[in-house]
Amino acid sequence: MGLKEKLHNIKEKGDGKKWLSAFSAFHTFLYTPKETTHSGGHLRGADDLKRTMTNVIIPLIPVLIFAMFNVGFQQSVAINGFTEGMSFFSGEFWSFDNFLIGAIKLVPLLLVSYVVGLGIEVIFATINNHEVEEGYFVSGMLVPLIIPIDTPLWMLAVAVAFGVVIGKEVFGGTGMNILNPALTIRAFLFFAYPTWMSGDKVWVTGVVERTNEIAAGANLDAISGETILGSLAQGKEFAYSTWDMFFGFIPGSVGETSALLIFLGGLYLIFTKVGSWRIMLSAVIGSLVMGLIFNSVVDLGWINEGSKFYGLMSTEFWHHLLLGGMAFGIVFMATDPVTGSQTNRGKWIYGFLIGFISILIRVFNPAYPEGVMLAILLMNVFAPTIDHYIVQGNVKRRLKRIKAKTA
Amino acid sequence: MGLLSKKDLKLITDPLADNNPITIQVLGICSALAITAELKASIVMSVAVLFVMGLGNLTISLMRNIIPPKIRIIVQLIVVATLVIIVDLVLKAFAYELSKTLSVFVGLIITNCIIMGRFEAFALANGPIRSFIDGVGNALGYALILIIVGFFRELLGSGTLLGFKVLGDPIEKTGVYAFGYENNGFMLLAPMALITVGIIIWIQRSRNEALIEDN
Repeated sequence: MGLKEKLHNIKEKGDGKKWLSAFSAFHTFLYTPKETTHSGGHLRGADDLKRTMTNVIIPLIPVLIFAMFNVGFQQSVAINGFTEGMSFFSGEFWSFDNFLIGAIKLVPLLLVSYVVGLGIEVIFATINNHEVEEGYFVSGMLVPLIIPIDTPLWMLAVAVAFGVVIGKEVFGGTGMNILNPALTIRAFLFFAYPTWMSGDKVWVTGVVERTNEIAAGANLDAISGETILGSLAQGKEFAYSTWDMFFGFIPGSVGETSALLIFLGGLYLIFTKVGSWRIMLSAVIGSLVMGLIFNSVVDLGWINEGSKFYGLMSTEFWHHLLLGGMAFGIVFMATDPVTGSQTNRGKWIYGFLIGFISILIRVFNPAYPEGVMLAILLMNVFAPTIDHYIVQGNVKRRLKRIKAKTA
Repeated sequence: MGLLSKKDLKLITDPLADNNPITIQVLGICSALAITAELKASIVMSVAVLFVMGLGNLTISLMRNIIPPKIRIIVQLIVVATLVIIVDLVLKAFAYELSKTLSVFVGLIITNCIIMGRFEAFALANGPIRSFIDGVGNALGYALILIIVGFFRELLGSGTLLGFKVLGDPIEKTGVYAFGYENNGFMLLAPMALITVGIIIWIQRSRNEALIEDN
């Protein structure tokens, strides 16, 4: 008897037992079960939840691997300086050392995220006697990618516990949540431990140790671990070219830096119809419009270089898409089918406002030069309202049409 | 026979658990969110509400037969405003720093829905002693939640209790493997008070199925 049959037999025996949900989760992880999902607010097609989730994981894998290289690369640049000729194809980037440094930092974050998140899902499934759903597989992957690399593991564990329980389980689990769980986790970290989540010391691993060594009298060059957005917000110069931003050789949250890979991931999501192209496109348009508005404010001379908003306002409008978490947020966060708008016209409004508000917060919030997280969470809250009015509008229009016909 | 009859005792115990003004009736949330960042403020607020509510219920009940029904809300407001002003002045005289922390929220006890609710629902229809007990009971129910929320928010948010340090210092920024305690700044923000109250409601309802409403 093969492993498959054995596991299946165990499952049959466990009918109604407490441990069945935990076992089923493991079983489903290994084999595709015969049962398919028949209900759930997140489903609009014949795809089951597992395939949908896998289709989001696949484009995240290159981002994750690139992130490991970039973490090591940023550290070595921070220590040795950025020399001419380093590029996407150079050996300085794709070195095994870089990968190792990144992996040592990133793999524990990934593990903690999955163990804590899935652990809580299993506990809740056992208590409520339902199946463990695959929802957390994507969130668990997203979470380490959107936080600073040096976030301590225990903080991540606390945040994941909070995000999964308060952000998801209290609403009824996968498919019922109002807010994107990964962003809820990030928002919790951001408000709970702000000094670990922003500023110039958290984005590049090793900056703090080095600062301490310099303070202790070591003869080393001080390094800047500032993100481009951080520099812009303070009106400082930065040394990165547009191509660096596009390929992603810049400091930032772990997975957000490479616009190229995120763009390819976005194409994959659109191709597999998991992510909505309407949301992605409208969010891009929204951010470009806001960027253009700020650019023209600068062009018209309404603010001068003395203004503290000058740095971010005068940034080329399309640069905003390459900076910070904009691309990552639009592709992987805003398109979450559970928390986004469901109607087609609603998706345009929802996406546009995400882009628009992101740039607005980015420019005007002095404490925090990034607004993608807050903009998406805000629009998550409004998505049902948008849908409601779209649906009501349709109903009204059709009623009118019937009236006109019968009259 | 004890000091209180069984029926009277219920007036005190009911609001503490199954008819709690905050977690079951969801009244008085505003002040529960605003002033619970410190345990001390929660306690002082609780005492203030206890005073206003006990005496207020007593006064209204004594006057219940001479208050013209058409202007009863105005009379209630005058009673509660008088008591609140007394509390405010006492605080300013004896605990000035604290009265600054509580700031406008002492004044806002006047509009605390729990107090007006008890005047309307109980004191206008019951005798003075029972009304007094009811006021004290509801104030204690309010105080219980305020103190629980204040305890957790101050402990986890500032690492102190009543101003004394109980939890450790922030940890050094040394990367992923940094272990140690760091205060959770989110606990000091009002949303976390709401979530804490929500968790209390959650626990309470999962222990007592009868409290869950049908939708």
